[in-house]
Amino acid sequence: MAFGQGRSGGGGRGRDKDKKAGDKEKGQRRTLFRRRKVCKFCADKIDDINYKDVKLIGPFVPERGKILPRRISGTCAKHQRKLQTAIKRARQIALIPYVTD
Amino acid sequence: MSDRQYELVYILPPDTTEQQVAELHEQIEGVVSRLHGHIAKTENWGRKRLAYEIGHHKEGVYVLDVINGTGDLMKELDRRLRVMDMVIRHMIVRVDEEKKVVERTRTKRQSESERRRVKRGLPPTRQPGEGRSMETEDADDDRFDGVEV
Repeated sequence: MAFGQGRSGGGGRGRDKDKKAGDKEKGQRRTLFRRRKVCKFCADKIDDINYKDVKLIGPFVPERGKILPRRISGTCAKHQRKLQTAIKRARQIALIPYVTD
Repeated sequence: MSDRQYELVYILPPDTTEQQVAELHEQIEGVVSRLHGHIAKTENWGRKRLAYEIGHHKEGVYVLDVINGTGDLMKELDRRLRVMDMVIRHMIVRVDEEKKVVERTRTKRQSESERRRVKRGLPPTRQPGEGRSMETEDADDDRFDGVEV
């Protein structure tokens, strides 16, 4: 991303500035509009991630049936672990699919 | 040793009658009481669509039992359920320890917030109309937009 580079790069200031001006519309908007990911369970103060609660864990299982990775959902490590067991249990009793093609 | 708590979920074929469900429940209750356990709660979720086919069934009747008992009891129950033709799927999960942890974190959080509020000179619990209203929470959560796995 052009904007990020401009900030971290020490040398070539002038060039970066030019670049920034050119990319201002595109680059800045992207950085502005990317919201910081927060763990849903921490934010909503959900302690109990239960395998029976399909509504809660459903959004973390995309169409393909895989578990949504942490880097995308923003879930914290602690809750991702709990989510993982909950999803695996829910799969066993056919509340959530193992795979869908 | 004190009793442990387990959750037993089992799935029956969709064409099972109410009577058959009751009969099976009685059988389970028999095993549980014979081995000095007891059923704390029973929930019938009714007919649900299965996420995938199990033995040509696309739907199933879900029943949940919360059982207090020993490990030996659950072992015996598991063995019996495995043999039963009527039960197309079952799962036993131990829940008492998780429950305890959840309870502990919840009370801890509450007491922490109360302590902090008192320190700030506020009443320990949140008053109505205080803080951010729930409406500000954005409904269109775009966190998972454009996700490719």
